[in-house]
Formats: sequence, structure tokens, C-alpha cells
Amino acid sequence: MKENSAYLDSVYRYGAIWNIGMMILLLFFPVCVGLIFDAGLDWHGFLLGLLATAPMYWAVAVIEVFTYIPMLGAGGSYLSFVTGNISNLKLPVALNALEQADVSINSEEGEVTSTIAIAVSSIVTTLIIILGVILIVPLRPVLSAPVLEPAFAQILPALFGGLAVVFISKNWKIAIAPLILMLVLFIFIPALNAGTVGIMVPVGVLFTIGVSRILYKKHLLD
Amino acid sequence: MFDVNRPILFILVGIIILVVLAQSVFFLIKAWKHGLAIGMEKEKMKKTAATAAVFTIAPAVAIVISVITLAKDLGIPLPWLRLSVVGSLSYETIAASNAEGAMGLVFGQVSSLTASQYVTIAAVMTVSIMVGIWLVPVVCKKLQRGIIRLENRDRKWSEILTSSMFIGMISAFLGYVFCDFSTIFHGDTSGLIPVFVMILSAVVMAVAGILFKVLKWRWISDYALPISLIAGMAGAIPITAWLS
Repeated sequence: MKENSAYLDSVYRYGAIWNIGMMILLLFFPVCVGLIFDAGLDWHGFLLGLLATAPMYWAVAVIEVFTYIPMLGAGGSYLSFVTGNISNLKLPVALNALEQADVSINSEEGEVTSTIAIAVSSIVTTLIIILGVILIVPLRPVLSAPVLEPAFAQILPALFGGLAVVFISKNWKIAIAPLILMLVLFIFIPALNAGTVGIMVPVGVLFTIGVSRILYKKHLLD
Repeated sequence: MFDVNRPILFILVGIIILVVLAQSVFFLIKAWKHGLAIGMEKEKMKKTAATAAVFTIAPAVAIVISVITLAKDLGIPLPWLRLSVVGSLSYETIAASNAEGAMGLVFGQVSSLTASQYVTIAAVMTVSIMVGIWLVPVVCKKLQRGIIRLENRDRKWSEILTSSMFIGMISAFLGYVFCDFSTIFHGDTSGLIPVFVMILSAVVMAVAGILFKVLKWRWISDYALPISLIAGMAGAIPITAWLS
């Protein structure tokens, strides 16, 4: 891909406008509710709540931005960091699309493919949530039925089992070491769980890059 | 008295959601036009869109369930907003729980909120998740240019680097599948549930790959990931009943 691609430059420009606009709009919600209902912030509750929540979230967000941008591409990143659900939806959607189209994320075709997949996924997600909100009364007993609970509780294993077959079979030489490391860490360190998996993603990425670099330098990936 | 489901809250959230939809449509059209301009096949892009749409359905339904879960405390509009923009159930549950706890409330046991409490919870949830939205415009261009420069200098290493990132991410999630595995050392087999679900999903994906090679049915390859996802989720029901 060209470093000075006019397309990428416009993605950066419009992406910045959209994302900064979205940030202002999101802040507008609590401000607007406060004005409408003549209610101020409970500053004590706000600061305590923020202190308990923000440090971890902000640290994870910084790590996620640097880890996911190279995998999502430019357009996909601007969209994904607004619409959320990156690791459990947007990234797998992009990976699958790139794999199906047989293109690299670092090519212009890859950039376009990833953006299309993530944009469509964002639109479908938003529409399904709207439908869910409209039909929440009849849907609540169905979706909250105990019989369906295990299916939705196991969405990540169901998702990554399939993805793993595709990517590990194509890159088994570089996959062995990080797989062993992650299995050992997650099995023997009780603190590692659903809440901390986001922090382990950059650990896995950096470790895999290190292993790959050694294998590449020793010509074991030729 | 303040009601967490007041119509005006739905209207405010609806406006923001419409802007989110508009952003997605904007980038979709932009990428589509550029794809055509650089000679990408229309059919290939249509297939990308269709596969992404099908794949999204099951995880999106899971997000609706998350809205229902959070709605018990916060009403429908706020969870609808938070889970449509940036959020995920685990993040939002922690943020809401911390904000409620800071005001002496207990998450999951809130029957009513004052407007001030509602505004405070919304503010904590919003400010906590802002970083990704503004940091992407700050670093995306520099990061992408660095990757492109690397690609132009050493293409093979650049390809390996990209694959390594994907593998590193997938490894972390495969490790997570085993996080309750050690329960079997105490005679509890429930920690095997995610492991078996992952294996089932992987087997379905592998079978789909073999069928594609043997039968040459392109649709199997296109929809293999959504099929393996649904198979894994459906299999989780009997597997959970068996191992719990």
C-alpha cells in the first residue's frame, strides 16, 4: 500500500471528524439528561465511581488501540472504537473477511475489505439491538430462558474454536509457543479470567511477534 | 419522580444511535466506492458484506441479552446506548456497578433511581470508555504509516508480523477458554464446558474445510465461521447439562 494514499488520508480526516463528533455527542447525553431533569452530578459518587472504573479502562483502551489498529486497518479502527465489541465481534468479522477474500490488511484491498465487513457488522448489530429494544417485552422471556443461557454464555469459545482452526493451520510454526504459554498462564494463574483476557491479548501479540522474529531470523519460516 | 424509561431518554438515545448508524453507512459507502475504483470485483465485496451480516447475528442477539440484563437497574435507554456505542456487557456491568456502589446502591438490587443518580451513573459509564474514541484519531495515521513503511522495506517480515498479531490475539482467547480448567483437579467438571464447546466449533470448522475441498461448494467456505459459531453455541446447551 502507498504511504501517501489519497484514500487513506481521507479516511484519517473523516475518521477524526466522526470520532471527535461522536465523543461530544456521547458526553451530550448525561449533560442533556441533567438539564432536562434539572439534576446535577453527585460529584462524590462520580469521582469515586470514576476512580474505581477509569484507571483500568483507560489503560486497557490504550493497549487495545495500539494492538488492534494494525489488525483492523484505518477505516475499521475508526468504526470499531466507536461501535465497540471489538474482540468478540468486529475483529473476528474482519479476520474472516480478509481470509475469505485472500487479501492482507496492509493492502488497499484489505483495507477496503476490512472496512466493509466492520461497517456491515456495525449496521447489523445496531439494527438488531434496535429491534430487540422495540420487541423487548415479548423477547425478554425467550432470550432470558434458562435453556438458552449456556449458548450465549459460551459465545467466545464457540467463536474462537472456528477461528483458531483457520489461522493456526496456516501458521502452525508460529502458533505453538504462544498457545502453550497462554494455556499454562490461564490454567495455573487463577487471576486470569474473562475480565483479564483483554490485558492478555497484547501479551500474546508481543510474545508471538518475538517468537516469529527469532524463527524468521533463523530462516525457520521459509 | 424520575423514571429510567422516560420517552425523552429514548429520543435522546435514538438520535445518538442514528449518528452511529450514519457513520457506519458513511464508511461503508466510502470503502465500497474505493473498492470499485481500484478494480475490486463487486461480487467479492457483496460476499464480504453478506458473510459479515450473517456472522454478526448471533453475537448481536447476545448483546440484546446484555441490554435486558442491565435494564433491570438502569432501564432500557442507557444500556441501549452503552451497548450500541463502544461498550460490552463486562465493561458496562463493572462501570454501572462501581458508579452505583459509590452512591451506596447495590448493583442488581436497584428498584428506582433519582435523576441525579442516573446522570452520575451515565457520566461514569461515558467518561470511562472515551479513550479509544479520541486516541484512534491521534495515533492511527502514524501507526499505519509505520506499518506501511515496514511493508515496503521487508514484505515477508511484514506478512509474518501481521499473522503473528492475529495468532497472538487468538492464543490469548484460546488460553481464556481454559481459565476454569483447573476445577477438574477438585472434581468439578464444569471448567471443561468452554473447552468442549471450542473443540466442537473447531471440529465443525475443520469438517467444513474438508467438505469445501471435496465438494467444491463455495458457500460452505463462505459461511463456515458463522456455521461453526452456531454449532458451538447450540452444542453448549447439552454440553453444559452434561458437565454441570
